[in-house]
Amino acid sequence: MRGRWFLMNRKWLATPYAIWALGFIVLPLIMVIYYGVTNGAGEFTCSNVMAITDPIHYKAFGNSVLIALGSTLICLIIAYPLAYILSQSEKRGAGTVIMIFVLPMWINFLLRVLALQMILSNTGILNAILKFFGLPVQRIMYTKGAILIGMVYDYIPFMILPIYNVMSKIDKDVLEAAQDLGATAFTTFKRIIVPLSLPGVLSGIIMVFIPSLSEFVVADILGGSKILLFGNVIEQEFNVLNNWNLGSGLSIVLMIFIFISMAIMNRNEGEEGEAMLW
Amino acid sequence: MKKKKVLRKKIIILGIVFLVAICVSVGCGSSQNKTTADDHTLVVFNYGDYIDTETIRMFEKETGIQVEYEEYVTPEDMYTKYKSGAIDYDLICTSDYMIEKMIKENEALQIDTSKMEYYDNVGQEYLDFCKAFDPDNSYAIPYFWGTVGILYNEEMVDEEITSWSVLWNEKYKNEIVMENSMRDAFLVPLKWKGYSLNTTDKNQLLEAQKLLMKQKPLVEAYLVDESRDAMIAGDAAMAVVYSGDATVAMEANENLNYVVPEEGSNIWFDCWMIPKSAKHKKEAELFIDYMNREDIAMLNFDYIYYGTPNSEVYKLLDEETKEDESIFPVQEVMDKCEVYQYLGNEIETFYNQMWKELKSY
Repeated sequence: MRGRWFLMNRKWLATPYAIWALGFIVLPLIMVIYYGVTNGAGEFTCSNVMAITDPIHYKAFGNSVLIALGSTLICLIIAYPLAYILSQSEKRGAGTVIMIFVLPMWINFLLRVLALQMILSNTGILNAILKFFGLPVQRIMYTKGAILIGMVYDYIPFMILPIYNVMSKIDKDVLEAAQDLGATAFTTFKRIIVPLSLPGVLSGIIMVFIPSLSEFVVADILGGSKILLFGNVIEQEFNVLNNWNLGSGLSIVLMIFIFISMAIMNRNEGEEGEAMLW
Repeated sequence: MKKKKVLRKKIIILGIVFLVAICVSVGCGSSQNKTTADDHTLVVFNYGDYIDTETIRMFEKETGIQVEYEEYVTPEDMYTKYKSGAIDYDLICTSDYMIEKMIKENEALQIDTSKMEYYDNVGQEYLDFCKAFDPDNSYAIPYFWGTVGILYNEEMVDEEITSWSVLWNEKYKNEIVMENSMRDAFLVPLKWKGYSLNTTDKNQLLEAQKLLMKQKPLVEAYLVDESRDAMIAGDAAMAVVYSGDATVAMEANENLNYVVPEEGSNIWFDCWMIPKSAKHKKEAELFIDYMNREDIAMLNFDYIYYGTPNSEVYKLLDEETKEDESIFPVQEVMDKCEVYQYLGNEIETFYNQMWKELKSY
């Protein structure tokens, strides 16, 4: 009796969160879905969701997927070896390096993008350095490359942290056992470290890929509004063109796509779902 | 068992108190800081840094009316703040399209100009322009005006710019910055081809869209406020900007020059208007009249350096300023300038579609 009472009470602790979730997650979601399946007059329609078949929209969607995949891949290539090295090295040194990567996250995201603008622009810091060494000036600002750099810069901590966490939890005894049994460093890496770090990699991928997919601020500032991403299309519908129904319809498409990609990734790592860090 | 019930009750009560507290604090937020102005105050709402504050002090001294002066950044900010009703503004200075919107929404009061001593200082040609958004000049008194034109860097452009066509010159590939707002982008090809920027002819609009698509590979970026900074830094050779931004940019970088192309452009107006919330309409009218007085208008012109609609001030200017085409374009160009008009729902939707197609092109 006493135990059950305690359990019941514990549920009450979630009340603040429940209120929060109701107001800021469930309610907006219902509104998005409502707007998405109705037209301006409030009648039911599928046209907002089906608008994805419009070339304007699916082209932007394609751009978004490509850039999100690109930034995820680059993040992974940079983060995985680093996380591996850090997990193998001394705790204290590793902490400092991790700190360096996390530090930018303390600064507002917009400010960091604006700082990148100062670095990448034609007369920016990067080009000043190149010029100093007599190298040709690079036009990076307002290109797809600039958007990619911006996204990698912003999301790389979300890739490093989960991989590092998983890797540093790998039991040292397992590695020693592998060595004792005559496995080469490469075999150890391939047969033990890679499989055991996979959950971290998966959550890293999800945490980078999904926000990149709906990104629009980076594309606006570093892309000069020349390259239209799906996030820009949705933002434009809400802020400029004042068509909330279409904006919501396209948001639903994006949500469905995200759910499907999460489902695929989760299925691949079914049993070890608990190791997921997001 | 009893203990459990009591605890549960407590938590429920706590939850209710919490909810009520939220509701109350949200509900009160709007009414709490309502300014209680007595009869001798005037609440003025203007763009940031858009007046020589000395003139406000002079007004207070001469009339004994206390001015409560507030500033905003964009007309949309102003509108939101005004609509929230937290402060009863007596006088607002804002831009043409916003005034048109507020007149249409019955948020503006007619201004009584019959008792204004200096109303005649306002040039008739400017009042005529203002008829585009205020048909009988009864709601808005122009304060400053300006144009949209090309701001260019003389170090990177070796020709004299006179026409919008330069924005299609392959020579400046990746050196051109366009306005990232629908009407301001479309006015460029429309004016270049000699059409009205308020045209509702879909063939003309589609032609303009085709031209903008053709231009897109040459465009470095579509920017709004950032274009000024990009030009100051020398990141681009030319940009389509508002003359107000051009004035600021030219002060910061002496290689910059501003021109209104000969085919004409958009002319914009910032005007005084009295909103419905005004509690001191008489004082507000007195303030507008004071702003139109030659010496006061001159002080503000010197401070802001935009085009002044005050013909008495214009007469007092030296020849060099009068001939500064970045502030006062020549008459032939002015004749081809137009004020934006609201085009109606159908054309607006059409514009939106064209804009989207351009951006995804």
